Amino acid sequence: MIDSATWLALAPLLPLAGFVLLALARLPRAAIAAVGAGSVALSLAAAVIAAAVYVASPLSGAVEVVLWRWMDVAGFAPAIGLRLDALSTVFILVITGVGLLIHVYSIAFMAGDEGYRRYFACMNLFIASMLLLVLADNLLLLYLGWEGVGLCSYLLIGFWYRDEANGRAARKAFIVTRFGDAAFAVGLFLLFQAAGTLDIHELLARIKELWSVGDPQAVAAGLLLLAGAVGKSAQLPLQTWLPDAMAGPTPVSALIHAATMVTAGVYLVARMNPLFDLAPAARSLVAVIGCATMLLAGLAALAQKDFKRVLAYSTISQIGYMFLALGVGAYVAGVAHFVTHALFKSALFLGAGIVIHCLHDGHDIFSMGGLRRAMPGAGWAFLLAALSLASVPPLTATFNSKDMIVDQVWRLSGGGVLWAGAILGTFLTAAYASRLFFVAFCGPLRQQPCRKPPMTMLAPFAALALLGALAGLPDLVAVFTGENFIAAFLGRSLPALGEAHAASTSALARQALLVGLALAGIGTAYVLYLRKPGLVAWAAATPLGSSVRRLAESGFAFDWLYDRLLVRPFLWLCRINRRDVIDAAFIVPTRVAEGLCAALSLLQTGRLRWYAACAAAGAIIYLAVAVLT
Amino acid sequence: MPTVPLEYGMLLAAAVTLVGLTGVLVRRNLLLLLMSLELMLNGAAMAFIVAGAKWGQADGQVMFLFVLAVTATETGIALALMLRFHHHLRTLDADRGGQAEPPGGTKG
Amino acid sequence: MDTAFYIAGIIAIISAVAVITRRHAVHALLYLTVTLLALAVAMYALGAHLAAALEVIVYAGAVLVLFVFVIMMLDVRAASRPYGVRLSRPGTWLGPLLLAAGLLAEMIYVLWASPEPAPPIQTVGAKQVGMALFGPYLVGVELASMILLAGLVAAYHLARRSMGASPVDPAETHDRQGHNGRDREKED
Repeated sequence: MIDSATWLALAPLLPLAGFVLLALARLPRAAIAAVGAGSVALSLAAAVIAAAVYVASPLSGAVEVVLWRWMDVAGFAPAIGLRLDALSTVFILVITGVGLLIHVYSIAFMAGDEGYRRYFACMNLFIASMLLLVLADNLLLLYLGWEGVGLCSYLLIGFWYRDEANGRAARKAFIVTRFGDAAFAVGLFLLFQAAGTLDIHELLARIKELWSVGDPQAVAAGLLLLAGAVGKSAQLPLQTWLPDAMAGPTPVSALIHAATMVTAGVYLVARMNPLFDLAPAARSLVAVIGCATMLLAGLAALAQKDFKRVLAYSTISQIGYMFLALGVGAYVAGVAHFVTHALFKSALFLGAGIVIHCLHDGHDIFSMGGLRRAMPGAGWAFLLAALSLASVPPLTATFNSKDMIVDQVWRLSGGGVLWAGAILGTFLTAAYASRLFFVAFCGPLRQQPCRKPPMTMLAPFAALALLGALAGLPDLVAVFTGENFIAAFLGRSLPALGEAHAASTSALARQALLVGLALAGIGTAYVLYLRKPGLVAWAAATPLGSSVRRLAESGFAFDWLYDRLLVRPFLWLCRINRRDVIDAAFIVPTRVAEGLCAALSLLQTGRLRWYAACAAAGAIIYLAVAVLT
Repeated sequence: MPTVPLEYGMLLAAAVTLVGLTGVLVRRNLLLLLMSLELMLNGAAMAFIVAGAKWGQADGQVMFLFVLAVTATETGIALALMLRFHHHLRTLDADRGGQAEPPGGTKG
Repeated sequence: MDTAFYIAGIIAIISAVAVITRRHAVHALLYLTVTLLALAVAMYALGAHLAAALEVIVYAGAVLVLFVFVIMMLDVRAASRPYGVRLSRPGTWLGPLLLAAGLLAEMIYVLWASPEPAPPIQTVGAKQVGMALFGPYLVGVELASMILLAGLVAAYHLARRSMGASPVDPAETHDRQGHNGRDREKED
């Protein structure tokens, strides 16, 4: 019988093997699909078994396996080791489960594409890297996974590389996240220098001894790690890459840019929560960034015309929620929201993929309409997922996870600006989610879909939408049993929630406020986009209105700002250094040698008397030296 | 007893030699160049004689004889070469020595 | 004797300067003769009688006559083509004079660095020189004779073709055994 440690090791290794196989062997299409999706399926099985073992084990234990020692240099000896605890369990189940459904969906979505093999190879590599990231037992291995997912993101965003715009989007993503990655690396250096180890368990124990609360080193490390998380998770100020990353295939957007990679930042902060507890300044910055991003992205999502861009900004906004939760110390709530978000956001993306696939690759929502009647199955599933996003009670999960977050924000930060922001965010979320649904799926039918969505695409979509809705069950159960078992499960390795989901009157009142705002958002969107669409068009036509709309559509001009602030000065520097100043240091000896050579060759005149004169001059010098010394 | 200081003798030898050197560097006509060369060699030979006279030995004159022999040989060969030079290049300009063709093309 | 030496020395230097500044080759040659004769007198005044005599016989007599022959054989125009325009320009003389002056300065420095009293002049006769030549310097004599032979052959060879000698080399009519072409009937 294979023991749990081996099952755990198989989880990232199987997709990695799938990648190698797909990269090296030329297989027929069916085989490619089988290997691509099959490796993820097997990985899911391994993950489930390992998780089962973990769940059954005593409360504070963890499943660990060390594959081999990476290096051993001057006392720095990180290993390739995997460690499974509650936090990682949740993540690997989400990664492999959602991943499997998306792989199955891709079989049909990418069926006609010439890069079929490349696609599945990159996707498998991505799954392997992401699993490595969340299972790593030391920060160096985590960084390896971090870079791996960054690479796969680049490869997959620019998948259709023949179009230059896609390549630019991929480069943009890579470069913007690079800022964060560099800061992350510096943070690793700082941590290693202080604690002498990068093994997460040991590191966290050691820094608790080394640093007191508010120690500047801890704050610095926290800020640097936060910078890395901000880059990867597309939060302010590094959020500009995610909307452009929608240039990649839709399953890629679903898997990487909704469910998993962008949540790596959330994982990092949650995993390093003792560090953030030691650095309150950094932790409050996490919350502030989360709140600000959430509001900004929510407003931007209201102005987008492209189907996928709405969802992209929505992702940024929802991750802002997660950061907000992490920032106030409600780590469990943040991770719970991650789980639900992964489910319904990937469902929404898959639905977008179906819509785009069936409408001749159209993206503009205002050129769609009435798809509810043309594609009923997809319409219902989309509605379910959109309701999840808008957090409508009582079943839909987001209501519960979002509610948990808002509740915790109230409790832990005393109901200040953050709470107000969170409440406003709920309104915005509901508004843009329903706007999307109403504009694209309701109203008059503007474009007739050209084909029916195949079952292999519909099934995962529907499954995810359903799962997204059902993920609210734990909370529903909690109402009766008084304990949210997901939160309890996560509490094994994360700090527990402040108070249990108590049903006091003020808490109920706040919940009612939340529900009310969500419904208000839906209602506003209904009125503005179904009943009186002319109102919005009129407002957008006014000079103020149009500039506001343009500002929001561009994501509040961050691209313009970075272009002016960073890109142009850099290009100017490159331009003035065209001749390469450093190169001059190497050219100068060459020129000097050439000059000397030219000077010396003047001595060779070919004239007899000149040589005689030189001999005489030489004699003078020689005699002078001989006589005078 | 009449005496001539060594310094003046050597000075004479040096003067003749240096005049010859100047002539070698200035004159372009090969013949005159060779004549200046003769001067130099004579100056050197004179130096040997002066030195021998100082010590009162025959060695100075012996060296003079050898210098004479060498100089005569060298002059003979140099003049032969000069004849060849002239035959080929139709000029006696020492600066033309590097050329392969006489000015105005080969003829005959 | 002293005055003879000094006068001869001054004449030698003046006529040496004249040699290098003449335009016409023959004029220069005549001044060269004067220089050599003056040097011979100076040598005589120093007691080197044999050397003086040999200087006159060999140098002034043979070598300069050689020069005269060559001038005679060459194109007169080429021999006396005036380069004088260039000669009269001071720029032409500047470099060489500087070099010569430098060497002269060094020579003077060396000579007067450690002045010694002048020794009395002794006559070193031919007999003494002969005994030195056939005594310790015997090898030198043999070598000198060899170099003269080499010079002879070289001069003969080099000068021959350019004087328009017959295209057929008289040496080529001899076969390897050294027989003349006319002796062919004596072959076995």
